[in-house]
Order: sequence, then structure tokens, then C-alpha cells
Amino acid sequence: MTAPEVHARLAGVTRVYPATAGHQPVHALGPIDLDLKRGEFFGVVGPSGCGKSTLLEVLAGLQPATAGTVTFEGNRVAGDVPDGIGVVFQEDASFPWLTVWDNTAFGLRRTGVDDTEVRRRVDDALAFMGLKDFARAYPAQLSGGMRQRVCIARTLVLQPRLILLDEPFGALDAQTRLLMGDEVLRLWRRTGATVLLITHALDEAAMLSDRIGAMSARPGRFLDIVETKWPRERESTIVSDPRFGEITGRLWDNLRGESMKSLGYAGMAAE
Amino acid sequence: MTRVGWIRLLVIVLAVGALELACRAGFVDHRVVIAPSEMAAALWRMIAAGQFTGEMTRTFGIVVAAVVIAIVLGFALGLLIHALPRVREALDPFFATYYAVPIFIFYPVLVAIFGLSPVPILLMGVATAIVAMIIATLNGLDRVPRVLTKVARVHRMGAVETALKLKLPAAAPYLFTGVKLATSYGFIGVIASEFILSPAGLGRVISDAYADFNNPRMYALILLLLIVAVVVNTGLHAWDQRWAERRGIRKP
Repeated sequence: MTAPEVHARLAGVTRVYPATAGHQPVHALGPIDLDLKRGEFFGVVGPSGCGKSTLLEVLAGLQPATAGTVTFEGNRVAGDVPDGIGVVFQEDASFPWLTVWDNTAFGLRRTGVDDTEVRRRVDDALAFMGLKDFARAYPAQLSGGMRQRVCIARTLVLQPRLILLDEPFGALDAQTRLLMGDEVLRLWRRTGATVLLITHALDEAAMLSDRIGAMSARPGRFLDIVETKWPRERESTIVSDPRFGEITGRLWDNLRGESMKSLGYAGMAAE
Repeated sequence: MTRVGWIRLLVIVLAVGALELACRAGFVDHRVVIAPSEMAAALWRMIAAGQFTGEMTRTFGIVVAAVVIAIVLGFALGLLIHALPRVREALDPFFATYYAVPIFIFYPVLVAIFGLSPVPILLMGVATAIVAMIIATLNGLDRVPRVLTKVARVHRMGAVETALKLKLPAAAPYLFTGVKLATSYGFIGVIASEFILSPAGLGRVISDAYADFNNPRMYALILLLLIVAVVVNTGLHAWDQRWAERRGIRKP
């Protein structure tokens, strides 16, 4: 059996935010070494402020690495977001002045794809995300979960090969998050894309991911990488699998001390 | 019409009715205020006779020109100032105190430079309106969510495309507030300037009618200005509300 192809690689990546007036430089991330295998679902968990989102932005090319190299499909990522990478952010990034249909078509229209193909892909993405009946609605008429689905549909139509999800369900309630998790799994299976999910929810990471990187408090580094060994055909019902508890337990063992450190309980963490 | 709309209309009808009754019953001196029905009749006669058509064209033409210039220039300056944070920091105190300055004191200076032409009136209108548009532009651009900038980068959009396709539409509700304010201020600036010092225009005619105790003429023109101002502002307000509702923004 051949080893899975490396799709994206972070080698010795660090990110230090330069000093600003009255503030010292902030070492936010790294050094980080990570190989994302083509087609895998990789989750990243860690305490608040550990640099999870910084990791995603460096990988996407939204922020430069201070040291180390980032490569996507063998090409170095530097300065710009490479073609083939799609990002869904935690914040509501839907465009309130456009309908759901026009939101979804936004990126595609810019790429010069002909109108027939735009219509086909947008209709398909909306049907896939369960938004077909809301195509003419404006984001303000939708719930938070539906708006996030609009953003996912907008990313999906561009057929990205690497999808980066930055806590996309952070603002949603627990039940909606489970259901959205199912949708992301369906999306992942259908597109065959590599997915990197940033989340603070251990259960979400355990349910969705093939591998999960547990990060330390700032500067964020991987303390452990947990392989879930879930089958590709999985859904949110795996939360009742006994191994689910073992995985979340292992993640929490790694993160408890780090979370306390990030909250300022350094002494307690050492005990 | 909504229930609030009906209440609003009822308040206006009651106020006009009360003034009508008070004037008819002799509670209000006819030499001070005439009945609203007399104002309307005088206005109708004036329009039917084509009286002051030239003055109306001149005044409303200057108002439109002043408002358009203030909106376009104010928006452009707002964009420029927003892109230069240090300049903005330096200018912020001036913007904050701008409307505390009685800018009409500069009218004689403008007359000295441009003569008794429509230009000083136009400039007074622009000067009154432009800062509202600059402030609204800065406010709107400040409120563009940062995530949209990231979305633009993910879509590999350039600075101009980001500004036109994302920042401008995102800031539009605040820009529209600037448009509404600039329209109101431009209107006030032009009419007030004409009233004080201009040799022509509706403001001048009202001033002359006041000096001549010509109440029907004075009140007819006041009514005309009120109607125009209310219709324009109601139209802009309705448009603003429609946009805001679509975006889920609650505006009073």
C-alpha cells in the first residue's frame, strides 16, 4: 500500500506578531510541523488564544510565517491565498446585500465561468446544503446556522481542494452544531477535499476528524496528534460509540493543563 | 400604511386642523399667521399663474447641485481620509466641532470672491452638507466587518475590487444616512443663505414678503418649501427603511 500523498505541509512554521506601540512582540505560534494528507479530515483543538486561527491563516496564506515554510500541492505559500484553497470563517461572512443565490455565486462569477455552469454549480450547492428553498432570501432572513451554510456553499461552488474551517460552528447551539457536523462530513465525502477544522469543541473534533492535533497554550505547538480511525462513512451518531469517549478523554488529558495555563492558573496546572 | 404611519398622519391632520380652527375663530391674529387653507390657496394661485417659477427653478437647482457635489466629494474625501489614519486623527476634532461653527459668517467672504452670483449660495450649501457625508463615509467604512477583507483575500480580489464589490455595499446603510443628512443640510444651507443675503431665490422672496407684510405670499412659499422637504425626506426614508429591512437592520 502506498503512503497517502502530502497535500499541504508546514515545516518549522512560527508566527511572531511584531511589537506595536507599548506592546512587546507576541510569539503566537510554533514551531509547527504538520503534513496534511490528501483527502484527510484534520481537526485542531487547543485552549483559547493558543494560535489555532493563526495556524489556519498562515496555512491559507492570509498571514506570513515568521519562520519555516508552508507548501500546498508542492508550491510554496507566500503572500497570497493559492488557487484551490477555500476558507470558511467563524464570523458571519455572508454578504447582507445579496440574496442567498447571489452570495453563493459571488466567487464563481469572478472566475469567468460561463453563466450556465454558474447556475448549475450554484443550484447544486444550494440543494446540497439544503438552501434551495431560500435561494431568493437575504441572509438577514436566515438563522445563524443557515447563514454559515451559505458561506460553506459559497466556498463549495469553487471546488476547493483544501477546505479550511475556522470554528465555523462556534456561534451555534450544540444540537445545530451536531447537525452541521453531519453536513460537513457529507461535503467532505462528496468533494474528496482535504479539510482542516479549527475548533475549541473536543467532541466536534472527535466526531469529524481522521486525525486531531492537540495544541499547547501560546505559543501554539502540537502536543499530541490523535488518530481516530473512524470509517469514512460516519455521522454524528458515532458520539455514542465507546471509542468516542476515549478520544475526547485523551484530548482533554492533553489540554486540561494547557487550558488552565491559558486562563492564568499556572500553579494549579503544575500540580 | 402601518399603524405608526396612520398615527403620524393623524398627528399632522390634527395639528393643521387645530391651526385652521384657531385662525378661523380669531384666536390667532391674521396679521401674524394665516389659516393653512389660505396658505394652500395662495400657493395654488401662485403655481397656476407661473409666478416665481424662475426663483423656484434657481433655488431647487442650486439645492440639487449642492447636494450632489456634497455627496460625491464627501464620499471621495471620506475614502481618502479613511485610508490615511494619521490625517484622520488630525482632522477628527475639526469634524467633531464643525457644526458648532456658524458657517454663514463666511458668506460675505464668498460674495467678495465670487460676486452676487449663485456660486456663493452653492458653496454655502456644499459647505453645510459635505461634512455630514464625510463623517458618514468614515463611520460606514469603520463598520465594514474585518472578515470581509479576509474573504476578499481568499477570493484574490485587488484593492479596488474589494472596495467596490465588498466595502462599499457593506458600508451602504451608513453612506445612505450621510446622503439623507447631506440632503437636509444642503437644503437648509441654500435656503438660509438666500434668506439672509442673496439678491435672488425663494429664500430672498420669502424675506421680501416678510418685510412687506405679504403674509399669503410668505406662507405660500414656506408651505412649498415644507412640502418639498417633507416629500424628499420621506422618499429617502422609505428607501432607507426598505434597504435596512432587507439587511435585518432596525432603524427608527
